[in-house]
Amino acid sequence: MRRSPLAAAAAMTATLALLLTGCSGGGRGTDADGTIRLSFQSLAWQKESVDANKQLVQEWNRIHPDIQVDYVQGSWDSVHDQLLTSFEGGEAPDVIHDASDDLADFAYGGYLADLRTLLPDRLTEDIPRQSWRTTTFGDGVYGVPFLQEPKVLIANTKILQASGVRIPTPQRPWSWPEFREITDELTAKGRYGVAWPLKEPVSVTLNLGLSAGGKLFHRDADGKVTIRFEEGDQVMPETVRDQVNADRSAARTALGMGGSDTLPGFFGGRYAMVPLGFSYRQQVVEQAPEGFEWSVLPAPAGAGGLAQGVSPQTLSVAEDSPHKKEAVQFIDFLLRPPNMVRLARGDWMLPTGTDALADPSLHTTENGWATGAALAGALRPAPAQSVRGYPEWKDKVATPALQEFYSGAIDVKELEERLAGSGNRVLARYQR
Amino acid sequence: MSPRTGGAARTGQYAALVCYLVFLAFPFLWLISTAFKPARELGSLHPTWLPEDPTLDNFRQAFDEQPLLRAAANSLTAALCAALIAVVIATPMAYVMARHRGRLSTAATGWVVISQAFPFVLVIIPLFLVLKNLHLINSLWGLIMVYVVWSLPFALWMLAGYVRAVPPELEEAAAVDGAGKARILVSVTAPLLAPGIVATALFAFITAWNEFFFALVLLKTPEKQTLPVVLTHFLGAEGVADLGPLAAAAALATLPSLLLFAFIQKRITGGLTTGAVKH
Repeated sequence: MRRSPLAAAAAMTATLALLLTGCSGGGRGTDADGTIRLSFQSLAWQKESVDANKQLVQEWNRIHPDIQVDYVQGSWDSVHDQLLTSFEGGEAPDVIHDASDDLADFAYGGYLADLRTLLPDRLTEDIPRQSWRTTTFGDGVYGVPFLQEPKVLIANTKILQASGVRIPTPQRPWSWPEFREITDELTAKGRYGVAWPLKEPVSVTLNLGLSAGGKLFHRDADGKVTIRFEEGDQVMPETVRDQVNADRSAARTALGMGGSDTLPGFFGGRYAMVPLGFSYRQQVVEQAPEGFEWSVLPAPAGAGGLAQGVSPQTLSVAEDSPHKKEAVQFIDFLLRPPNMVRLARGDWMLPTGTDALADPSLHTTENGWATGAALAGALRPAPAQSVRGYPEWKDKVATPALQEFYSGAIDVKELEERLAGSGNRVLARYQR
Repeated sequence: MSPRTGGAARTGQYAALVCYLVFLAFPFLWLISTAFKPARELGSLHPTWLPEDPTLDNFRQAFDEQPLLRAAANSLTAALCAALIAVVIATPMAYVMARHRGRLSTAATGWVVISQAFPFVLVIIPLFLVLKNLHLINSLWGLIMVYVVWSLPFALWMLAGYVRAVPPELEEAAAVDGAGKARILVSVTAPLLAPGIVATALFAFITAWNEFFFALVLLKTPEKQTLPVVLTHFLGAEGVADLGPLAAAAALATLPSLLLFAFIQKRITGGLTTGAVKH
């Protein structure tokens, strides 16, 4: 609705009284004719994904004239602050798209609705238990996890084939020691076996650490969490450190890069492999030079098999929403198997839903879909996402410690002292 | 200094100036270059200054995917209105602050400077609540009010400096000639302040044009969103970006500021000089 300056001034004067009395308007979320109006803030950003979301909203609106959904475009870059302000101001969207690792503060803060009694059985049963764990905080379920992506190795097929190394499959992945040997073999003059983009080293380290049996965060019987840097936790970081500093099979310069930054080097044949999120395939398809051959390989496995941590994308309902039941109905529609497949393909990710994951289009060898789909069963909640104090530990302790470790500035003993010793002091403040 | 050493010094000065200009212009030139590169060149290991195979696809895609024109119109409305209102309010206030010095004026100046140090996140929630009660959430006028309030302190501080640079003797002379206070302000002081007013308006305009966080939080529907907010729609999780269309849209977003600067450059220079001369 447009406002003239005069109207704005009049509104300012009139509502000063409202400020004093604390009055507010009524009938939120309902039109004058009784039509329920929901707002859906989506963080979709790739064209196919935005189109899929908008089309689904249109389809819903067509078949539900009494419950209309307004599509609102959000952005990943600033969603946390924007949502926090909207929650505090009582103006949050009814249906909220976010990632599970961003939900803990909102869930514990009472901003999100507990969905347990609202979710239809179909949806509850379709999504595996380990995925539900990513949105379960305390006793409540505060979001529906629907898209997720494993880390995979995107490899230069020609280099791999020419080297004669064994090509890993989800059924027979490389072990971490084997991976180290192979990157050494793939290293040649002007070429590294691998480039680890570790600008944000913490989540990668924790998530891939699960494959070697690492856990780092241990919850005691009393619910308190302590950090222990055990043997399994050391496998992935030590492999990377050795590749960079001892074998020189991993590019040192890549340590400070984001995923996208490594792609030019990868296309130019400077790196034989790059560990990236599954959705990066879209950028590879768009940017790879003509004739460039690439393939998607599973990340190395260890004592934990192919397990790795993920923070799925989620759909939640605001606690303040006056139409929670209808909001969940819309989520249920959005996440019906064929729709979930559309969303997954639009974002180049994997759906969490079992039925959607079985869709043949996600099992083609083209662009590595089949490899990703084969990894879906091994995906687990990211290790620390429900740990209070994790953001501070990550920013103040773990990020600098891991950066120094990977660059060779500190040894594993010092890393342990920093991650666990200093880390436990940080967590203790949140668990008194 | 001999002519020879003088010539060398001048050459050195020009060389330094060129280096400085290149340094300043580099991000913009790179942005323009990126905007015209096809996707495959963006992923090249050996980036080139000029696109080898220039394309308008990024611009087409940017306009196709996001409502850039509408967002630019919203930004322009918000920035122009904010600049105009801020200057209209700040000019008389600055005059009073500069001419009637006392404890109150000093305290006000101090407060103005301190208020610039408040981070956005500190004020956004109370501000949001106030605007909500004023029914000015999701309203460009609400955003304009915020921009005016946000740019006012610095505008005030800046303009007060310009007022102090206008010799009071000129006003006294006009008073001796029989001009009233209002006439003095309009006919004597205001023309001398013009460069300062233009520079202040430009500052307020650019602040509002580039502002992101208030616009993100306060504007909800796509029809109302401003250009900086729409630009973030080209960014995905963990900093992944749709680089070509983002560069194309960002290059277009810098144009109004550049054009405005080019248009009133002389006035700004005049304003800065005016502020610098001690009478």
